[in-house]
Amino acid sequence: MRFLAYFRSLATRFLHRSQIEDDMEEELRSHIQHRADDLERSGLARAEAERRARIEFGGHERFKEESREALGGNFIETLIKDVRFSVRVLRKSRGFTIVAVLTLALAIGANAVVFSVLNALILRPLNVPQPESLYTIEHGSDKSLVLSYPDYLDLRDRSRSFEGLAAYNNGQAGLDTGDNSTRAFVDEVTGNYFDVFGIQPYLGRFFHASDEHGPNSAPYIVLTYAYWHSHFQGDRGVVGRTVHLNKHPFTIIGVAPPGFHGPVVFFGQDFFVPIARQNNLNARGTPSLLMAIGHLKPGVSPGQAIGDLNAIGSWLEKTYPKSDREMKFVLARPSLFGDGAGPGTRAFLTALMLLAALILLAACANLGSLFAARAADRSREVALRLALGASRSRILRGLFTEALLISLMGGAAGLWGSVALLDGLSMWQPVPKYPIHLSVNADANVYAVALLLTLASGFLFGAVPVRQVLCTDPYQIVKSGSRTTGGRRLTVRDLLLVVQIAICALLVTSSMVAVRGMMRSLHSNFGFEPQNAMLINTDLNMAGYRGDEVPAMQKRMIDGMQTIPGVTSVGLIDLPPLASAGDTNPSPVFTGETTDLRPANAAAISATYSISPEYFRAAGTSLLAGRSFSWHDDKKAPRVAVINKELARKIFGSVTNATGRYYKMQDGTRVQVVGVVENGKYGEITEDPRPAMFLPILQSPSSGTTLVVRSNRDPRQLAVAMRAKLRDLDTGLPPYIETWSKGMDPVLFASRMATISLGVLGIMGAMLAVTGIFGMSAYSVSKRLKELGIRIALGAQRNEVLQAALGRALQLLAWGSVAGLILGILASRVLASIVYTATPRDPLVLAGVVVAMAFVGLVATWIPAQRALSLDPLTLLREE
Amino acid sequence: MSGQAQLLPGTLDLLILKAVSLGPLHGYGVLLRIGQISDQALLIEQGALYPALFRLVRQGLLKASWGTSDNNRRAKFYELTSLGRKRLREETDGWNRVAAAMGAALAAQPEEI
Repeated sequence: MRFLAYFRSLATRFLHRSQIEDDMEEELRSHIQHRADDLERSGLARAEAERRARIEFGGHERFKEESREALGGNFIETLIKDVRFSVRVLRKSRGFTIVAVLTLALAIGANAVVFSVLNALILRPLNVPQPESLYTIEHGSDKSLVLSYPDYLDLRDRSRSFEGLAAYNNGQAGLDTGDNSTRAFVDEVTGNYFDVFGIQPYLGRFFHASDEHGPNSAPYIVLTYAYWHSHFQGDRGVVGRTVHLNKHPFTIIGVAPPGFHGPVVFFGQDFFVPIARQNNLNARGTPSLLMAIGHLKPGVSPGQAIGDLNAIGSWLEKTYPKSDREMKFVLARPSLFGDGAGPGTRAFLTALMLLAALILLAACANLGSLFAARAADRSREVALRLALGASRSRILRGLFTEALLISLMGGAAGLWGSVALLDGLSMWQPVPKYPIHLSVNADANVYAVALLLTLASGFLFGAVPVRQVLCTDPYQIVKSGSRTTGGRRLTVRDLLLVVQIAICALLVTSSMVAVRGMMRSLHSNFGFEPQNAMLINTDLNMAGYRGDEVPAMQKRMIDGMQTIPGVTSVGLIDLPPLASAGDTNPSPVFTGETTDLRPANAAAISATYSISPEYFRAAGTSLLAGRSFSWHDDKKAPRVAVINKELARKIFGSVTNATGRYYKMQDGTRVQVVGVVENGKYGEITEDPRPAMFLPILQSPSSGTTLVVRSNRDPRQLAVAMRAKLRDLDTGLPPYIETWSKGMDPVLFASRMATISLGVLGIMGAMLAVTGIFGMSAYSVSKRLKELGIRIALGAQRNEVLQAALGRALQLLAWGSVAGLILGILASRVLASIVYTATPRDPLVLAGVVVAMAFVGLVATWIPAQRALSLDPLTLLREE
Repeated sequence: MSGQAQLLPGTLDLLILKAVSLGPLHGYGVLLRIGQISDQALLIEQGALYPALFRLVRQGLLKASWGTSDNNRRAKFYELTSLGRKRLREETDGWNRVAAAMGAALAAQPEEI
């Protein structure tokens, strides 16, 4: 109500301040003074003369009113009158107003939220100059963006299509600013990175290609604006300060401009360092760069650029046949991480926007029928006004004012709620291991869209009763009391309700399909047991370990963890399966007899892992045949491997005859299979069974270190103990400790988000269905009170009364639900591509939808049914 | 009430135009002038004058400006615009035709038919 009070005061202020109003007032006063002068001259005292003059003048206010109308400035005037009248009407039916405003607030809020995300991820261009010519290089074969540093150098130096080609990799590092060491997200970028984007530093300077002088050169840090604000309190004196990154001194040389966070919209890193200072970049075939980006030269089409890149690609294949396979490239947009994630995200968000729009449409249908019902209830009032000479346009104007008033209140409330939600979403870090940051704050676009939707929906549901009003025959209605139309005909209102219920059932179905698929995928067999296991993730290179120090330290870490009470087993793996989407280190394997080791002859492309002997026990992976490793499988021992069932099937045909046999790796090493383990999920939860091999960490060393610690203890206590143990071993180790279930968040992120958003929309859909059916059945009961009273008086049974009162509403509910269910089943095919094992052909889902819709019906018709049943025919007949 | 005539609908505007055409007037002056030129036969309710004046201003037939009256009071003076003069001519012609026709009709005798 504060809003109304504010509006009213605004309106009165507007009137009082009005120049015209003052003018008019003065003129009328002047008239009275002149008349009083005349009367005074005829002998009256001044006071008496003025009194007489005022009386003679007549109805001061009335003439003012008429004058205002004559002046034609009455648009605002009428509007204010309409608004006042509407406010009075709406206040009188408070329940209706609250339901209507809430309905719209929910619908508009949902639209605003979904649109903001769509806006932030897809519509808003990247915050760099000329984002339209910015492309990333994508592998044609698997849509991955990763490149090795030498390949990048060749692409950069040989291609003639780009203005410049920059590249970067992201990672984490321990940043020591003097007081304490924190983990931070760092982008290691090529020297030309900032110049390729064409941006200017906010503070200090950037580093450039000329700063790169090989390993350990250019120890510079450029902070992002946000990190500078949050961790350096926006201190302009940071430029020139020395900090320690992974124990090495670095100088902060500048701060990037606000809003710049690289080419990917959902990443938010903390700072940038030159990549060239690393000394392990030279391995061709090791993907050490996350992506390469550059602006196409003016006049170069993407097609030409792809041709140019592929020419370089085939040169690379020829020159480096061992490491460079399938160097086919295409161009992709960097903002959503290329075509690997882009199209799916885009499709999903578009579908979500569509669903949100459907929700709004359902809400409008809902409100439309409520308005139509009200208009029917007020037909007597309308008829009376028409009979008294009001124009139909004036009455329609009143109705529209009411509709717009409700939609504006709803829109304001919805927007307010969604802004709060979006602020939360922007702060949210869904996957703590990755610098995912969605800045989805509402901007001008969002406000504009929300306002547009608000007005459009106001007009939409305001328009529903128009025909009704236009067709009103005042004579008939005033004469006969109420509209006498046969209740059996299918009206627009009924149709609206069916459509709305269908939409809601569609939403309920798809959310149930998604939730069920999600639940199933959480309990499917991953090939390891994430429950009761903790992960410690660290990189020993990052902590300064080199060469043989690495396996020694790894052994010490395993032994250390094992001494913690309650820990049953500890295993080590370089990077656990399902840790980050798609990252499985795939490499080709050959049968033992293959001599020509070209990629085309490979028996399989296998995910590759380096593990410690106890890994399988700690991970809960079951060994199907043979043995696991021991610490004796070291550099001096013959090369061995444990492979999964799928790889055994691919190379040897079956599990049973795989043990003891040999296969070849890319570099020609013969490896003996000592064991076979069950299949699992490696890159993504939705993948089909794929080959994987596990190599002993001592024979294929890796600085990437993840300890799997299995224990029944409380994860938080365990984490404390683990952290303490690690500190004993090395105080400078930046470990990341989490439960394994949590560690799988990145791969589950997409389907989880899909499930949550669909679930929310489903609940909203159900709520709308409830209000819709409630409105309809409450109206039908109140409309037929007299008839029902007579039925009861004549001895109708309870169920007959209910049948008469609510039969129609329930019938419509059934029709709508069936239509929605069918639509939902059709739509779920889209879902299956995002949510693993999402299938609508699931009796539980079907039953769930039926139960949900029945529940919706029950809730919605409960109050009207009670009202119909508690009718007292006597009072009713007396009243009418 | 003897000697006074009821105003016909629509004639107030014409009377105002006529009154103002004889020289710029403020609102009260318009009333006095109408009384004067109609020999006090046509009396107008004082307040009813203003809606009509504003309507004529809005139609562009009159223009208004603040000035000082003979009584040394601030008052808003109205004068005819060229459009108003044209309208006055047309309306006067129209009125005369109607009045003549009405006069002739009402003067008709049985033997003339």
